[in-house]
Formats: sequence, structure tokens, C-alpha cells
Amino acid sequence: MFLTLYDKLWNSHLVESRDDGTALIYIDRQLLHEVTSPQAFEGLRLAGREPWRISANIAVPDHNVSTKADERAIGLAGVQDDVSRIQLQTLDDNCEAYAIPEITLDDIRQGIVHVMGPEQGATLPGMTIVCGDSHTSTHGAMGALAHGIGTSEVEHVLATGCLIQRKMKNFRVAVEGELPVGVTGKDVALAIIGHIGTAGGTGYAIEFCGSAIRDLTMEGRMTLCNMAIEAGARAGLVAVDATTLDYVKATPFAPRGEQWHAAEAYWKTLHSDADAVFDREVVLDAAKIEPQVSWGTSPEMVTDVSGYVPRLVDMPNETARKGLERALQYMGLEEGMAITDIRPDVIFIGSCTNSRIEDMRAAAAVLKGKRIAPSIKQALVVPGSGVVKQQAEEEGLDRIFLEAGMEWREPGCSMCLAMNADKLEPGQRCASTSNRNFEGRQGFGGRTHLVSPAMAAAAAIAGHFVDVRNTTEVAA
Amino acid sequence: MKPLQRLDGLVAPMDRANVDTDLIIPKQFLKSIKRTGFGPNLFDELRYLDEGVPDTDCSGRPLNPDFPLNFPRYLGASILLARENFGCGSSREHAPWALDGAGFRVIIAPSFADIFRSNCFKNGLLPIALDAAVVDDLFRAMYSNEGYRLIVDLERQVVQTPDGQSIAFEVDGFRRDCLLKGLDDIGITLERAEAIRAFELDHKTRFPWVFETLEV
Repeated sequence: MFLTLYDKLWNSHLVESRDDGTALIYIDRQLLHEVTSPQAFEGLRLAGREPWRISANIAVPDHNVSTKADERAIGLAGVQDDVSRIQLQTLDDNCEAYAIPEITLDDIRQGIVHVMGPEQGATLPGMTIVCGDSHTSTHGAMGALAHGIGTSEVEHVLATGCLIQRKMKNFRVAVEGELPVGVTGKDVALAIIGHIGTAGGTGYAIEFCGSAIRDLTMEGRMTLCNMAIEAGARAGLVAVDATTLDYVKATPFAPRGEQWHAAEAYWKTLHSDADAVFDREVVLDAAKIEPQVSWGTSPEMVTDVSGYVPRLVDMPNETARKGLERALQYMGLEEGMAITDIRPDVIFIGSCTNSRIEDMRAAAAVLKGKRIAPSIKQALVVPGSGVVKQQAEEEGLDRIFLEAGMEWREPGCSMCLAMNADKLEPGQRCASTSNRNFEGRQGFGGRTHLVSPAMAAAAAIAGHFVDVRNTTEVAA
Repeated sequence: MKPLQRLDGLVAPMDRANVDTDLIIPKQFLKSIKRTGFGPNLFDELRYLDEGVPDTDCSGRPLNPDFPLNFPRYLGASILLARENFGCGSSREHAPWALDGAGFRVIIAPSFADIFRSNCFKNGLLPIALDAAVVDDLFRAMYSNEGYRLIVDLERQVVQTPDGQSIAFEVDGFRRDCLLKGLDDIGITLERAEAIRAFELDHKTRFPWVFETLEV
């Protein structure tokens, strides 16, 4: 029997199957943050239940935190908004009450939950990993089965150590060949979503394979798996290889000594068998992928930087035509206009998609010695964790951003979902390295264009979207 | 959880594809630590002309007169008719909490996003996936008949139209049982505690590193 990577991970965590096709799946690690956990703890408390296995959990505040240094310096007291502060305090209180390990706001390891987890080795290959956040798919980059869940499921995992699941189908997305210089994991993710659509992966676990994926760094793979949910797939996966093992070995919570050898031997089996059968397969030619820019209000509304906003006459049906009309109106764009004629007012480099050290380096390489265009009203660089921030500062990247006229902030989710003070004003247009361009996502009436960090940096300098490969720095 | 067996309800439209959970309930309302109170902010950015602020009374806010859910003919609706990929994006359970708070119990669409779908079942809401052509017919019938109602019978797994059609739908047996009886699935899972413990012991032998305590 030939198995896919997903089949193997499913089988190794299957407690029992039910007749109706649902199953109890054992959860190795649950990540908690302030926004989707308070109601789960409240439910646990009201039912008089105790956590099944405390050590399965680790918590970190990220969604609601301030990214301003002066506010962060005084901890929770620096959170200006009362409702946000109560939510952050509630996470601290719940973790204390149930003795759940928490990386607190003042800890250098604090950061976006999907940056912190892999960075600390709190999430490891072969694990089942859940979090009340749809971008939990990120951790699949390590050859783990990781996906987002709702708050009731957070409570279910807290109380039972398990999740009730229906097995997903297997979807193989292969990207073969060599990516052009300047084309990143983000561009691959957006190109795939543009190809299969935002519902293309619904009901599937997507395994990303092919030589272009094997050539990606762990950061690039995390960016890719992060956006599996934007293609509708709860889980994205990449097989374990030397790149994975090298990355994991350097993390603080990685197994040591004898346990490392045992773990490594097991992790090396975490790939799909050569003859495994997938329910669906798509193959993309890496050489043909260009830097991507989203133009609409759904991640599938995306095209090459050399491309154009679609025309209404080209829409296949009425629903699509109405969708395009609404998107154009919301985004304030003309049909058929060139992507390079779109002029952002705001630049956001950050989020669980693109805030790791490699992302910081890619943006800084483009910005080095340059100034952002005078038309840019705000440019935020928000590292994904305190560890990323420290590393970037050691490399002098913060100086490059500051000298370019950008702001260098403290770690958090920030303008990706605008729960804190970092948000767009109505009508503002943002070149953003985040994952969602939904209406109002980055602020009421805000307009989002999804791009890679290098593309955001290039747009910041030019004042409009531009192919980063036409700037000399990227080749360096 | 509130049980759902049979619902005779007024139908209201959400006539666009790929409705994401940010649209269903915008992020500023996610700061609440409660499960209730989200109803007035359902589709906040479409429903009102101003920007919604958490913990404020919505009764005095300017309503968007062009948003169908504000039309008097749809007031009191408990069945939402929607398009493909409803509930995509963020995993926020605040989305079904807001739908529930606004009085909806059933959502009919050609397809749903996975996480949203499972969040619905956890909150006594029934997502029903029907063929796109059937949903199209329902939209047409609803638009041309004011006061258009449907009967949803979960026991028999059918939607009944006013002209006597019965449309069958699929639902997981376990989810159906929980919804029919209003059962808490944590309680059901804990009945299998022994099986979980046995699995865990074996799992720990095979993958001991998973069970190391994270000393933060």
C-alpha cells in the first residue's frame, strides 16, 4: 500500500474511526493566542473540565499587541485599547490558571505564533499541530499535519487531546524546474492560488512537491504552506529533507542526543511514497512564474507584475462579472489597467506569511541605499518575532529600513489584520506582504495588494508596482 | 448546543461568491472575550455606512439602504441563501456566532470553506451544500416571491420549497446526530477517554520527544 505524506501523518495519529467517516485524531501540539482562546478556556471552566495534557500547549500573544517600541516597553499597560488589553490579560490569566507554558509579551521569543512555533522548535516534523488560526497551515512546511481550527475545537483539544476530523483528500501541487531569480515562495503561492482558485483546495490537504519546492528554504516553504488556506486547503505539506532537518536541529526545543537520532530516523520517512496516489494533481512550470501582484479582493484575483487588471467582457459568467465589478469598485481600479500603473500609499512588510529573517533580508537588499518615494504615506516593517528582530539588527537591516524612510517595529500580527493600531485609512492602498486582500481586512475601506517582500520594497522606492527583477539589487 | 430538527424559516440573500469571514464579522469585534453579542455586527461593513466600533450600540448607526439584509422583506430571516465558497478565510468562530446572534440557523450555498463549515456545526448552525443550479433556482424563487420561506428537515435531510419540491442534502451522521439532539461533542469524545489514553501511551513510546515539557 503506497501512502502519501498526509496519509502517513493521519495514520500515525488515528485514535479511532467512526462508521460515518469521521475519526478521532490525536493532537501533539496546540498553539494558543489571545484572540481565539478566551471562549475556549471559559467553556472548559464552565463545564468543570481540566486540560487533557497541559504540555501539549504553548501560548503567545500576537494578534492584538502594539508594535510601537515605547508602548511595548511598559508591557500590557502600554496597550492603549482597553478591550485589547483585557483580551491579552485574559490569555496571561488563563495560562497561569492552567499552568500552560506562555511566551509573554516581554520575552524576546515573543512573536507571531506561526513564526515563534517553528523558530523555537515548539512545532516539529511529524506532529499534528492545531491553533485557532487558519494560518496554522504554515507548520506543514516541516512535514507536520497542521491546520487551523475554531474556538470550540480549541476547547475540544484542550479537554480531550483530540480532534474530531474527517479525512481530507490528497492534492499534489508540483512546481518543477528552477524559479527565476527574484521569484520567491510568495510568488509561487500566489501563482498557485491564481491557478486553482481560492476554493481549489477545499476538502484537500495539499502537498507541495517538485524541484522548485525542494530548492526553497524553510522560510520559503513556510510562506507557501501558510497560504495553502488561501487556496481553500486547511493543510499544506512539504516532505522532510535535509533542509528541514538542518533547520529543526538548530531550534531550542528540538530533541537532543539519543532522542534526536530516533526522531531524525523517523522524520526521514515523512515523504509520500513514490507510487502514492493523489486525488488531484497540478503541475506548474517554475520558470514561467513571474513576481505576482494581487489586484482584487480575493487572493485568486492575482496576476503577473507584467500583467493587467482583467476586463469585464472576459468574465465567464454573471457571478464572475459581478464579482469583478465589485472588486474594481472597492479597489478603485479601472479594468484593463497595467499592474505597474497601480500606486500604493502604504507599504507593509510583515505577517505570518513574510516576516522571517529571509524576508527581512530580501526587502533590505532592494532598499539598501535607497529612499522610499515621497508619495508613500507610511511604510511599516514588522519582524515576525523578537528573535527575527534581533538577528536583523545584528545584520544592520534595521538601519537600511530606517535610512530608506521606513518604520522598524516590534513583533506582532500588526497590519495584516489590523486588530491593533496599525491599519489603513479608508481608501488607502497598500503593498502588503500579508496573505489576505479581503475588503476591510487591513482597515475599514483599505485596499490591499499582496506581494513578496522584495516586490513591496521595489514598490516603495518606485511609488508604483514594478518588476523587482528590473532593479539591479535583486541579482546580488 | 441548541438542537435543530426542523426549521420553517424566511430566506434572505447573500448574493456573492467567496464571502470571507472578515466580511461576516470584521476584526475589531474579535477583541471580545465572550461568545455572544456579535449579531448586530454581522456583515458590519456592508450593513452600516459608518465604521463599526466594538461595544457600541448599533441601533443609532446609519444603515446601508442598498444592502439586502436591511430590506424590510428580509427582517426576521433564519435561512441565509449564499454563493460558492461561503465562509472562506480566517478560522474565527465569531463568524457563526454572529450569524447565530442575528437569528440565522441554516445557510444554503453551493459550497462552504472547511473550517467555517465545522465551526457552524459546533454552534447549532446547519450549513447545507446544494448544486449550484439548485441554489440558482432558489435565488430566483426568493427574489420573485416576497416572504419566501423554506422548510429544512434535518431528520429527513430535505429542504422543502413552497411549491412542494423536496431537495435532499448530505450531512455527516455524527454531526447530524449532535445537531438533532443538541449534544456537546466534548462529552461524547470523553466517553472514549480510555481509548485515547491507550493510544497516547503507545504514541509516547514511539515519539517520546513529542511529550517533552516545554520549559519557557
